[in-house]
Amino acid sequence: MNTEKVITASQLTKRFGNFTAVDHISFDVYRGEIFGFLGANGAGKTTAMRMLCGLSLPSSGAATVAGFDVFRQNEMIKKNIGYMSQKFSLYEDLTIRENIRFYAGIYGLTDEKIKEKTDQLLKQLQLEGQEKNLARSLPLGWKQKLAFSIAIVHDPAIVFLDEPTGGVDPITRREFWNLIYEASSRGITIFVTTHYMDEAEYCNRVSIMVDGKIEALDSPLQLMKQHEAQSMDEVFLHLARKATRTGD
Amino acid sequence: MPAVVVENIVKKYKTKKSEITALGGISFEVEKGEIFGIIGPDGAGKTSLFRILTTLLMADSGIALVDDFDVVKDYKKIRSRVGYMPGRFSLYQDLSVSENLEFFATIFGTTIEKNYSLIKEIYQQLEPFKTRRAGQLSGGMKQKLALCCALIHKPSVLFLDEPTTGVDAVSRKEFWEMLHRLKTQGITILVSTAYMDEAGLCDRVALIQKGAILSVNTPRGIIDEYKKPLWGIRAAEMYRLMKDIQQDPAVETCYSFGQFHHVTFKDDENGKAHLENVVQRGNYNEAEIHSIQPDIEDCFMALMKD
Repeated sequence: MNTEKVITASQLTKRFGNFTAVDHISFDVYRGEIFGFLGANGAGKTTAMRMLCGLSLPSSGAATVAGFDVFRQNEMIKKNIGYMSQKFSLYEDLTIRENIRFYAGIYGLTDEKIKEKTDQLLKQLQLEGQEKNLARSLPLGWKQKLAFSIAIVHDPAIVFLDEPTGGVDPITRREFWNLIYEASSRGITIFVTTHYMDEAEYCNRVSIMVDGKIEALDSPLQLMKQHEAQSMDEVFLHLARKATRTGD
Repeated sequence: MPAVVVENIVKKYKTKKSEITALGGISFEVEKGEIFGIIGPDGAGKTSLFRILTTLLMADSGIALVDDFDVVKDYKKIRSRVGYMPGRFSLYQDLSVSENLEFFATIFGTTIEKNYSLIKEIYQQLEPFKTRRAGQLSGGMKQKLALCCALIHKPSVLFLDEPTTGVDAVSRKEFWEMLHRLKTQGITILVSTAYMDEAGLCDRVALIQKGAILSVNTPRGIIDEYKKPLWGIRAAEMYRLMKDIQQDPAVETCYSFGQFHHVTFKDDENGKAHLENVVQRGNYNEAEIHSIQPDIEDCFMALMKD
């Protein structure tokens, strides 16, 4: 395992009025690691992720992402990360090529580089000949694969995946995970939230948030051993049922 | 008499340029009092099927009966006896929790009091938020309210279209526990899901993909249909391991399953020896190889390839 830290968080906290959404969380994520960030609805995942993406200022604590400080350098963080969620990823009314060009342009790639990346990406995803089709015409699984590839088009240090693979068939889901493995083997760190506990088993390490705190952090195998569980589902239920917060 | 009969149902959507077959002639039956799962990915045809069975959409051809009533000729009778919870939240966002429930009870010519026992357990969790507008509820609460509204007239058949999509593992578990309690009240439940692991919670399931049914059976039966020896392998470098395994010409399939890769071979003999070779050649650390039982996903993928 690479020991270069891409995310460091120490006592990171976010309060909204009297409500502490994220409560003194501390953890490190390493280069090329696939890091699962789990928690029930309302546990504080989204708030924590927004802080790490430079979209929300923490109330207290410290964190760096890709070497940049979340308090002072949030614009630099945005430039050095990728982001994909299932809810929103591609512009449906742009073509496949236009989507690639748009995101690559936003991240400041040169025209020459954009052309090179576009060709490479279409080839890798076997979408050659389809680049002029609208993104909406793609089946869900292809959309997700394309969206992931676009999210890392600028070779970010880290990519945040917010529930990326709901609803796709099991073969396509695995093709998607192969893209993740491939990116990770190139040194891109993957930070992923998911409701699929079986998917958590694909991660190198997993953290589980309960009521704003990180209640567990280890490899899936170790977590299953610690909780004497057969699956991550059991581990999750064991921890998350202690939650006192309800709802989203 | 089965609760639901589906015979050769075909549904196509035509656009100017193309024609999409949502359901390509599917057939199955659901027995009274069963929890029957329609399991398949997005785009498999689950919602079209549910809309046809709840008389909200006409099939192009084929026959469908619910409680022995024809979905076309007797649609009014069906509408008063089934409960339907669509995948997208479809209650009135600007009515309160209790107003929504009241509304649905009235529409079905009943009262909340009359069937309260059926929803009591679920509705009690909503009671503190009774005056809140439905649009302001959390995802889990919306789901519970929608279930109450679908149950308030004590339907004989309940259709739940992807009730657990986007719901966390704890709420999913609670939701399934509720379904099992409803089953004891004699309600037949058809539930669709893209989560393969929920198959095991149904009495019987239909696996569906691209408008075609791959198999109908009990969860155990689906697994027993899987005949090939299956191997699980793990090591320190999973991605390199996968690529190495896939390069072995004797390998038929190799899929990642989190902590393990699941591998089948073209020839059923000597699987383990092949994998041990891969491990040795690639100098893998922490390697483990086991003969394993397939799960529903293994079966689904094998059926997809047939």
